[in-house]
Amino acid sequence: MTPKRKQKLFLIGLMVGGLSLAIGLTLYALSSNINLFYAPTQIVAGEAPQGVEIRAGGMVVEGSMQRDTQSLKVRFAVTDYDQEIWINYEKILPDLFREGQGVVAVGHLNAEGEFMASQVLARHDENYMPPEVADALKMAGKMPEGAPFIRASSSTTINN
Amino acid sequence: MDVLFLPEFGQFALILALAMACVQAFLPLIGSFTRQPLWLAYAQPAAWAQFTLLLISFILLSLSFLLDDFSLAYTAANSNSALPWFYKLSAVWGAHEGSLLLWLLILAGWTFAVSLSRGLPVEVLARVLSVLGFVSVGMLLFVIFTSNPFNRLLPNIPMDGADLNPLLQDPGLIFHPPLLYMGYVGFAVTFAFALAALWSGQLDSAWARWSRPWTTSAWAFLTVGIALGSWWAYYELGWGGWWFWDPVENASLMPWLTGTALMHSLAITEKRGVFKSWTLLLAIFTFSLSLVGFFLVRSGVLNSVHAFANDPERGFFLLILLAVTVGVSLLVYAIRVPNLKARVSYSLLSKDVLLLANNLVLVIAALMVLLGTLYPLILDALGSGKISVGPPYFNALFVPLMLLLGVFMGLGPLSDWKQMRWQKLKKKIWLAAAVTLVLGFVVLPWVYDGEWHLYVALGLTLVLWIFTTSFRDLWEASQTKQGWKGISRSRLGMFFGHIGAALIVLGVTMVSNYGEERDLRMQIDQPVVVKGYEFTLKKLIHREGANYIADRAVVEVRNPSGKLINTLMPEKRLYTVRGMPMTQVAIEWGFLKDIYVAMGEELSADAWAMRVHYKPFVRWLWLGALIAALGGVLAITDRRYSSKKAQEQLTAMNAATTPPSAINSVES
Repeated sequence: MTPKRKQKLFLIGLMVGGLSLAIGLTLYALSSNINLFYAPTQIVAGEAPQGVEIRAGGMVVEGSMQRDTQSLKVRFAVTDYDQEIWINYEKILPDLFREGQGVVAVGHLNAEGEFMASQVLARHDENYMPPEVADALKMAGKMPEGAPFIRASSSTTINN
Repeated sequence: MDVLFLPEFGQFALILALAMACVQAFLPLIGSFTRQPLWLAYAQPAAWAQFTLLLISFILLSLSFLLDDFSLAYTAANSNSALPWFYKLSAVWGAHEGSLLLWLLILAGWTFAVSLSRGLPVEVLARVLSVLGFVSVGMLLFVIFTSNPFNRLLPNIPMDGADLNPLLQDPGLIFHPPLLYMGYVGFAVTFAFALAALWSGQLDSAWARWSRPWTTSAWAFLTVGIALGSWWAYYELGWGGWWFWDPVENASLMPWLTGTALMHSLAITEKRGVFKSWTLLLAIFTFSLSLVGFFLVRSGVLNSVHAFANDPERGFFLLILLAVTVGVSLLVYAIRVPNLKARVSYSLLSKDVLLLANNLVLVIAALMVLLGTLYPLILDALGSGKISVGPPYFNALFVPLMLLLGVFMGLGPLSDWKQMRWQKLKKKIWLAAAVTLVLGFVVLPWVYDGEWHLYVALGLTLVLWIFTTSFRDLWEASQTKQGWKGISRSRLGMFFGHIGAALIVLGVTMVSNYGEERDLRMQIDQPVVVKGYEFTLKKLIHREGANYIADRAVVEVRNPSGKLINTLMPEKRLYTVRGMPMTQVAIEWGFLKDIYVAMGEELSADAWAMRVHYKPFVRWLWLGALIAALGGVLAITDRRYSSKKAQEQLTAMNAATTPPSAINSVES
């Protein structure tokens, strides 16, 4: 083998090795850092693991919100109109959090089957429903009539 | 309110622009195959006409906003007569349709700038303009068929508009999208140069030299655009973070990473004529990633804080556009590249190989971001459940990669092209390495709070390593007859680029390790303490703004020694037109730390949930990005790109190396 070929081979080996190492590490990091979404029905049925970071969500039940008077602790129920779960949170809720609207929470289930959230997400768009929540509602067959999932800005225009 | 005919003219101009883009794309293409100089010559005037028409179209849309013409669906959805004039203007690119028009205008602007560049052979220019024309045709078709901003709401014209999203009523929005688009779209120019080179088969290093300033300017714009977006998110969203690994942020980071790699790889190709095929591939990838980002954001497949109206039809159109662009360019690449032979040799320890290693790290980082962004989509499409990939994934991979990159950033500038003797390199770096290890790894991590942290040590080591090696390189550059004045602009550009990167690392290290974020309950006259600073809620005020009502908190901040340093007044606003709440944060800012107070929710008549952040060195992040971009500007203004003599030399050299088979009319 000529020195030049050797050098090329080395470089190609370096690239292939680096790339495969990177992809391997990436897949490993992915497998340990993904959060699966569970609907309330799945959680009540015991399908969701305990103590592992997951996501849960649904529509916030009207009138379910309870607030501690001395701290930021807050508790509310979310539903897929089939089952309900309680979500506990101790930080500031997002601006667009309201009862009767869809939210997604990141956190884990405790031994009592309550969800301890480290993050609660609501969208900037008030007509928006998180796709996970929409799917969960559809699965439970409880999609509210005419719920505006997506605001298509062209739906009301007349093409000239 | 008069129903003016301006929008119809705007639409007409848009359609004419499409016609001009077709002329610009197809005539030079045919001309290049039939060898007809006349057909090639159409490219330049067509590019000018296209630019003018798009400018007219854009101005007419802006006029509709300024004149409150709510018979336009787009204006009605995104503006309001109560908005101040500058927000009316920036509302033009506040949503999907208008921002696409801005995208097109910027593409036409870059095309116009390319068409004015001196010293490019006519045929090369025609080919580049033709490729840019094709990109423009695709996007214009997309706008005209799926996202027309000139659609009317007739006959039921609303009395007033639905207002611009309050989040976007901010000076940040005036500059963030245009700068970002200048970056994204700027990579189209490099892409066009690469494809033109592949098309002609003249793969000498001339194309690398021509496209270098364009790549660097696009990169500088993208850098500032991303930094501005990060800063805007920091103070506008009220969460106090500067990077969320949100899919849309990732969409801008991917082309930035490959663009950075491309900038360096163009340097090797120009200077040494090696790695040509790699550079070409990177140019294709960078622009493709810009388009991937565009697809991800606009098609609505992703869940992100960036709200854009979603429409499956648009997503489908964009996917086809993306597939055609990537498919055609890779096809041309596959046909041409096997003929490419480099006769230049290099040793394994050389600037060439170190730069290649840096390229590899950057591309791997981009791939890893791409994978993390697409993985949830792929799994969802396969029906394997809804997942999300969070910041831990990105941090776990990105941080080690950047550490590795930092090592090469120090070695690269100090090495010689072609071959670097290890002895020589050792002599150059031992002092820098020693200083870095002792100060950065051992001493400095103790300074801030008297404890040693591994992550701080790694971060500071990296910062010092880049600093010391960069200064060493600058000192070497000054060892000529002219001294410090003899340092070329491009060398200075590299210096500032690397120092900027080091400052970003410094900011990230400090704010991630020493920052504190607390959500707490604040009651009137009951002080709370965060990081030694004492916060006292003194008053709650209700006030009314122009188009919102607000609750304002008056918070006194005292430093650890008890001295009053500032009275911060954050607000919680309710924008009445959309009924949308907004958090207006208050920041006591400084070079060493930011103190950040935002209002959460009302708990009782005299208590609020408040968010208090202590952010050391957070400003250095954005400062670093600005300095890096300044480096880009310095590199572009290097004399060898502008001086007449250099240009003449370049054309002469190019004429001499061109094979006689190709028609090559050198511009006189």
